Amino acid sequence: MSEAQLDAPKVVQRSSANLTFRRLMRDPASLLAAVFILALVAFAIGAPWFAGWTGHDAIEQYRDTGLSPVGLPVGPNHEFLLGADQLGRDVLVRIAYGARISLAVGVAAALAASFIGVTIGMTAGYFGGWIDTVLGRLMDLVMSVPFLLCALALVSVFGPSLWLSICVIVFFSWTTIGRVIRAETASLARRDFVQASRSLGAGNLSIMLRDILPNLSVPIIIYTTMMIPNSIVFEATLSFLGLGIVPPTPSWGGMLAEAGANSIYLVAWWLVLFPGLALLGSTLAFNILGDGLRDALDPKGRRVKRRRKPAKPVTEG
Amino acid sequence: MPLLEARNISIRIPTEDGILHAARNVSFTVEAGSLFGIAGESGSGKSVLTQAIMGLLPGVEIEGECLFEGRDLLKMTPAELRALRGARIGMVFQDPLSSLHPYYTIGRQITEVIHAHEKVSNTEARARAAEMLEKVGIKDAAARLDDYPHQFSGGMRQRVMIAMALVLRPSLIIADEPTTALDVTVQAQIVALLDEMRRELGITVIMITHDLGLMASVADKVMIMYGGTRLEIGPAKGLFAAPAHPYTFGLLRASPAAARQGTELYSIPGRPPSLLARPKACIFAPRCAQVQPICQIEAPPNRAYACGTEALCHFEARIDRADTAPAQPARKPPTDRLLSVQDVALTYTMSSGFGAKRQLDVLKGITLEVARGETLGLVGESGCGKSTLARVIAGLVPATRGKVDFDGIDVGALTPKAWRDMRRRVQLVFQDPFGSLNPRRRVGAIIGEPFRIHGLAKGEARKNEVRRLMELVGLNPEHYNRFPSEFSGGQRQRIGIARALALNPDLVIFDEPVSALDVSIQAQILNLMQELQQKLGLTYLFISHDLSVVRHMCDRIAVMNAGRIIEMDATEQIFQHPQQDYTRTLLDASHVPPVPVQAQPRELLRLEQGAA
Amino acid sequence: MGKFIAKRLGFGALVLFVLSLFVFLLFFVAPGDPARIVAGDKASAEQLELVRQNLGLDQPMTQQYLHFVGRAVQGDLGFSYRNQQPVSELILRRIPVTISLVFGAVILWLAIGIPIGIMSARHPGGFRDRMGQVFILLGLSFPTFVLGMLALYTLYFLPKQAGFTLFPPSGYKPFLTNPLIWAWHLALPWATLALVTAAIYARLTRGQLLQVLGEDYIRTARAKGLSERKVVLRHGMRSTLMPLVTQLGADIGLMLGGVIVIEQVYGLQGVGSLAVQAVRNQDRPIIIGVVLLGGLFIVLCNIIVDLLYAALDPRMR
Repeated sequence: MSEAQLDAPKVVQRSSANLTFRRLMRDPASLLAAVFILALVAFAIGAPWFAGWTGHDAIEQYRDTGLSPVGLPVGPNHEFLLGADQLGRDVLVRIAYGARISLAVGVAAALAASFIGVTIGMTAGYFGGWIDTVLGRLMDLVMSVPFLLCALALVSVFGPSLWLSICVIVFFSWTTIGRVIRAETASLARRDFVQASRSLGAGNLSIMLRDILPNLSVPIIIYTTMMIPNSIVFEATLSFLGLGIVPPTPSWGGMLAEAGANSIYLVAWWLVLFPGLALLGSTLAFNILGDGLRDALDPKGRRVKRRRKPAKPVTEG
Repeated sequence: MPLLEARNISIRIPTEDGILHAARNVSFTVEAGSLFGIAGESGSGKSVLTQAIMGLLPGVEIEGECLFEGRDLLKMTPAELRALRGARIGMVFQDPLSSLHPYYTIGRQITEVIHAHEKVSNTEARARAAEMLEKVGIKDAAARLDDYPHQFSGGMRQRVMIAMALVLRPSLIIADEPTTALDVTVQAQIVALLDEMRRELGITVIMITHDLGLMASVADKVMIMYGGTRLEIGPAKGLFAAPAHPYTFGLLRASPAAARQGTELYSIPGRPPSLLARPKACIFAPRCAQVQPICQIEAPPNRAYACGTEALCHFEARIDRADTAPAQPARKPPTDRLLSVQDVALTYTMSSGFGAKRQLDVLKGITLEVARGETLGLVGESGCGKSTLARVIAGLVPATRGKVDFDGIDVGALTPKAWRDMRRRVQLVFQDPFGSLNPRRRVGAIIGEPFRIHGLAKGEARKNEVRRLMELVGLNPEHYNRFPSEFSGGQRQRIGIARALALNPDLVIFDEPVSALDVSIQAQILNLMQELQQKLGLTYLFISHDLSVVRHMCDRIAVMNAGRIIEMDATEQIFQHPQQDYTRTLLDASHVPPVPVQAQPRELLRLEQGAA
Repeated sequence: MGKFIAKRLGFGALVLFVLSLFVFLLFFVAPGDPARIVAGDKASAEQLELVRQNLGLDQPMTQQYLHFVGRAVQGDLGFSYRNQQPVSELILRRIPVTISLVFGAVILWLAIGIPIGIMSARHPGGFRDRMGQVFILLGLSFPTFVLGMLALYTLYFLPKQAGFTLFPPSGYKPFLTNPLIWAWHLALPWATLALVTAAIYARLTRGQLLQVLGEDYIRTARAKGLSERKVVLRHGMRSTLMPLVTQLGADIGLMLGGVIVIEQVYGLQGVGSLAVQAVRNQDRPIIIGVVLLGGLFIVLCNIIVDLLYAALDPRMR
């Protein structure tokens, strides 16, 4: 054991949650992202309120007011704040209802995938041996599958639906976190404190839950956060290809797909801009928050900013 | 003119927690052709000092003056400094495996130095690389140029590093803990090599180490650092024989070699200072045995003595024999047998990357006995199987063959239920005090874990047990709710010991319990272990590579090599009359720091105020 | 070494086996009568029976599967339900489009992503790093189709409205006819795909390089007096190569499915759009063919990555 690696211990009196929070609060980008996400959640929850306020339903087509005499959608005006689509539906209300789908799919898929990934990854990493070989191969296998093509194949047989989308997303995204957790668990399981617990007579389950799981909280939080935007994009992509949410239920990907069909968006820019911004904003916000969380939870990767000029000369003693 | 002259170097490292003062006003001179040693415990700033001077730490702020061959290194442009690095100043680092690029051949890595500074053909560069490799003792060097680092052993890799540092015949080599990652026998060879190269090629060496014994054996001049401060500097001989600073004094006396077996070691109380603080007074005062009121208030002056030694202290160090603890009453002779290991073997079947199966015999038939109440030392170099043997005895790894008999019970034949009960009687204390405690759990939960697992004490009762144990090992029971990261290395090792003692075990296996700790802390832990053994009548199996520690702690010693016990006898017998060549090599290779004595009253040349 | 390759080949075979089983079960066992789709809604019972016999649907399941695999191995993927053309021919005709798309995009994203990653890692915390991070976050958050539609709107439609043609609307022109026209037509799809993917490479390069630059052997390289450029490129990037190769192998492997969205947005007639059309038409043989081809492509890429690994890491030789 080298001496040099064990530098003088730093006495940290603040709790780690407290420290994380303080670091996060110091990062304006993360703060902004968190505010955006909260607003988005409020927006999604308040979708019926928007419907009531505008007097527009999400699915109903307002052919009289929403379409111009030649049948083209009207742009943003005082009645349709974000314009109307090619069928005369209110874009604002549809985006609000679409936010529900995106958030629900994003969060549900991320949580489910994270749960599966953590369970399988921990099992593989902790037990090692043939269990690890089998589970590791399973992860390799899932990662070697052309997922979008398989999603296509599944939809062609079972027809598009919300549940199928979630299942497909979960099935193809648990491996990322699974691999990370597997590697982390394997290295934790070799640590002395696990040996110590075992030498005290602790059982496997007890060691996994009490000794290993708490030490995995950082990668679990980070990777689950990072999986949310990926799931949102995945769902939007499926809907964009007509494989996800079934119209006329509003979803951001579906709205963009309808805008793209017949290139209608070239004359009605608001059909792309607003759902596109909603989608981009959400993924960006979650990604920024994920980055911020990683920096705050795992400060190893961070470097302290260099001061431009040396401070005043040392005058001690 | 000295080759290197550093004046008033101060180094600050900005971190999230504040500014680390890694060096404060450090000055030293290195004469050409000498071996200059920088010694200090971890966190003393010794490595940062040299690396910052060489421009290898881009994030730090450094002040002062550092003349090398008359030019100030700290005023050079990065390009000028780069031209010096590798060509005029070579560097050797601690871990030769991680310090060599794993994907390039060593030939390429050495010739790279030549190409970086000179315009030569590749053929010539390779010839020079081979020549230098031959010089540092690598056989058949020309053929080995195309080998990769992983094809060399640890000692050989360090030779490659040295060849790389020497290939352009620099005037100075900075060796930063060059032997710390190596085995004792290899350490001796590497130090001898450095010394030989210094004499043969006329190179000046700066060697940084925490190992005072090693330092005393080769250095001409030594600087002792503590908390980023130079506490003492002077000719090695005089400094080690009669230190002028209480800290140096304490360090040398804290070595187990300085005390008789079974006696309490001299230890420096407290823990190393935080580099974040900027104390106005003496930085060592809180731990100093000779502290006076003035030490806490005023910065100490630098006392320069006629003998060449300088010390940063208000007073002159003096020995106070009275503060050594009296020898403790002799131990009762061991009575009955507690542990018996018969012909235990362990073979791993390894499937290497490409499927070819290899058999690896880690233990090749070990037989030993431990009597109740005694301490058996297990000594050997890394890879000899001593830690594996500990795990087999603790029941963590099943043996391939043989029998482990504990107090008349065959451990290998236990039912899971009985095995769990057995856990209470045999406990392990691990080497790494940072890795052996779960960083996410509070100390109370860690020490209380054995009670939880075995369903022994609950709630308030468990809490009381934990408090009792914390008190027993010298921890403040108030710190019940803290996380391991809030404790220092030595305190964490105390937590590990408390956890091991929770269930009143008969046998405690210590696996290198102090090798990750600094000398001053090591003495505290060794004392605690002896005290606990006396108080609780424990039996110890003590595993270590450090012979002086083993000699101090153990009644009997077993020397292990390549999975076998080659020699086992009473401690003094082994040290006085080793039977095996290997044991003799081990003993010869270990450097024990000299035991300091009281010097004659010195002549004070001058007193520099405000030196630090 | 030989054994290692054999192991990897075996795993590749396993992936293909699982994939073939998946499509077989999905299309021959799951709901929906293939014979009905082939014969059409108006077919009589006798006609259906005939079609069933022709398709081999009256034989036992294992027989059918073996038959299916046997033919697939010979490159015979059956005939399209719609126009009775051989599936392999239909796919082969589309492959040049997809390959062109992938080829250009890969070069572009490597050329963008890796330098940005290096720049970021060399100045951690600095201005250039923050610019790099912004690029990474935007790239990771932009759904491909949103960026594609945005590009089409601003770079094709707006200039066209202003009266000049900056980029062509859509379509593919063969390379051999005129390479310049070929590249001009693919420029927007390439850029879209590359920008989104380059972010992944920039992040990977940055993260890996930052880690490598903290290694002891980088300190050794600096101690040798090497220029910072050599330290980063020769010593730092050498170790970053392996994760990059892994990522590239996985990405190129998945591209066959991954270009679906881009082909949809830009109206390119590649393999992806063939698959989407097939799903709309319920043309199962084509879906099966594309999925199997996608799997084969991934397996090939994985094997190439493994071979590269062995070449790059001396410890594996």
